[in-house]
Amino acid sequence: MPPETRQPARRRTLPTWDFAIVGVLLAVLVTAGLSVEGFAASRNIGFLLLDVLVIALIALPLTLVVVTGEIDLSVASTVGLTSAVMGSLWVSGLSLELIVVLCILLGGVLGAVNGLLVTGFGLPSLAVTIGTLALYRGLAFVVLGDQAVADFPADWTGWAIGSLGDTGIPNAVLPLVLLAAVFIVVLHATPIGRGLYAMGNNTEAAVFAGIAVRRTKFWLFVATGAVSGLGGVFWTLRFASARADNATGLELLVVAAVLLGGVSIFGGSGGLFGVLAAVLLLGSLRNALQLVNVSSDALNVLTGLLLIISVVVPAVLARRRSRRRPRGRPAVAGSATSTNGPSPEAESADRTKGTT
Amino acid sequence: MGVLLALALLLAATLTVNPRFLTGQSLRDLLLGASILVVLAAGQAMVIITRNVDLSVGSVLGLSAYATGTLLVVAPGIPLPLVVLFGMLVGAACGLFNGAVVAVARVPSLVVTLGTMYMFRGLDSIWAASSGRLQINAADLPAGFASAGTTAFLGIPILAIGAILVVLAVGDFLRSYRSGRELYAIGSDGVAAGLSGIPVGRRTLTAFVVNGMLAGLGGVMYAARFGTLDATAGTGLELQVVAAVVIGGVAITGGSGSVWGAAIGAVLLTVIGAALPQLGVSAFWQQASIGALILLAIGLDRALALRTARRLRRWDTHAS
Repeated sequence: MPPETRQPARRRTLPTWDFAIVGVLLAVLVTAGLSVEGFAASRNIGFLLLDVLVIALIALPLTLVVVTGEIDLSVASTVGLTSAVMGSLWVSGLSLELIVVLCILLGGVLGAVNGLLVTGFGLPSLAVTIGTLALYRGLAFVVLGDQAVADFPADWTGWAIGSLGDTGIPNAVLPLVLLAAVFIVVLHATPIGRGLYAMGNNTEAAVFAGIAVRRTKFWLFVATGAVSGLGGVFWTLRFASARADNATGLELLVVAAVLLGGVSIFGGSGGLFGVLAAVLLLGSLRNALQLVNVSSDALNVLTGLLLIISVVVPAVLARRRSRRRPRGRPAVAGSATSTNGPSPEAESADRTKGTT
Repeated sequence: MGVLLALALLLAATLTVNPRFLTGQSLRDLLLGASILVVLAAGQAMVIITRNVDLSVGSVLGLSAYATGTLLVVAPGIPLPLVVLFGMLVGAACGLFNGAVVAVARVPSLVVTLGTMYMFRGLDSIWAASSGRLQINAADLPAGFASAGTTAFLGIPILAIGAILVVLAVGDFLRSYRSGRELYAIGSDGVAAGLSGIPVGRRTLTAFVVNGMLAGLGGVMYAARFGTLDATAGTGLELQVVAAVVIGGVAITGGSGSVWGAAIGAVLLTVIGAALPQLGVSAFWQQASIGALILLAIGLDRALALRTARRLRRWDTHAS
């Protein structure tokens, strides 16, 4: 290979996806703040944060799951089942402190079921979690039927919608910030995090490198379940209503946020800063457009379009780049050897690994 | 054929509790209920066999059902075959969009169809809201069309006959045609299929277009059966369709299974819904049992695959 065809890495002048998303987020915030009346009011920002809180919570562990190349579609059903159980436990007279602990544990157990089926039996996580999506939602209806439990104590439900002093920042942002700090450190500053990228890029190589792939993935599913359980508790308190159909369809928004945040569906690339920015981007875009009376139907079209763009654009860019720089390996997608690090090229190389 | 056994067991159990479960009107209701799901499952089976998935089918069904209803309100005298063709064209256009994005940009169908699921449903709602007809009722539709939904030929509802014809056609295509067999090759190993000269992109696109077309046909059937159409038709149906296909023995990892299995899976799901109340089980168990069946089906599939792999390895050592 002649040396001049090999270009130094810094010549890849395209900004990383994280930067792009943060940039778009800032642009949306500034534009909306200046031109949409009421957007920048602290009351509105508080509502916005409350709206995206459960999505942001669940997106944290789910990002780690997707980085390893797996997926969990059962998160919203876990929220629903937790909510239903919370309602029926409250009716049966337990104290709320105990119920909250039990609900998070329940979420962890539901996640462990997913994890066991995926890592213990070697089943594809997409299929397993489509199954548990139906199973957990069904169990939620078995537990609570189509009733609602609404008589939760006012100091708890008031906390869930209340804000810190008169800042307008919801109380519930505190646990989110704490959890976000934990997940960011784990993913971006520990060997465990490096290991997750390694698994996503090449599972076999990760096994040979001594990474406990199956155990790590199992605990990631448990964490996703437990955080979803916490999300169920928060959802129930925020709307002061435990229902079996709470958060129906939320899995789609969470997955959309994770992928829009730059995490490759094939695993191995992306990070939490991009994902959190994407959660805020989706939330503030919807909030601002709602304030100017754009219908929620149009917002759904926009969400879908954003999701498609967020996978099509990087894929097309990666293909064009690899075509422009012919190297010692074939440019045909799927036959390229694995590249170093979480670059978009790794996505195209691993494209055949799971087309579903 | 595990799913056939499950269906037989369920039917036997229900028949001992209520011997009239499979007679007259209840059998006709069962067939009507199953026929839409069977048509959708046939299309989804094609897509899953290529190791893709289409989560937008519920939205496509809704969009084409609403389009069909609108067409019938605007032009009441239009002949039935044209109506069916129109609905299928709407579905095919949606399938073309899905397939084109998947095949041209080579991005995962899970993400693409997650996005189009929102998009098609949103377009449907915007259309319904802006046309001034939020809901189309049976009274707005021509009498001939509404009655087609319940008409029977030799005692069998014509919707069920349509579903059987679809399964026969798709089944024959997958079994006997070269391009049908190639779908299995793509699902087993896309790279190998491409290297051996199979036009992977074009075949995948075809699977998505046919699936969209059948979802469109499902929309016409929905319109004929229910007569009441709004933008929520078919919401959440994608889960049942994927469940029917997977329970019917089509591996979610692609490359194996048959459209017959998928159709039986769809019938099984419908029978579960009808049988649970007969067996004295609360209807709330229906969704939970669908989830359990999906897990059972993929677990069984995995166990069989492992056994085959072990047996092949044993033959290997004999050879050496």
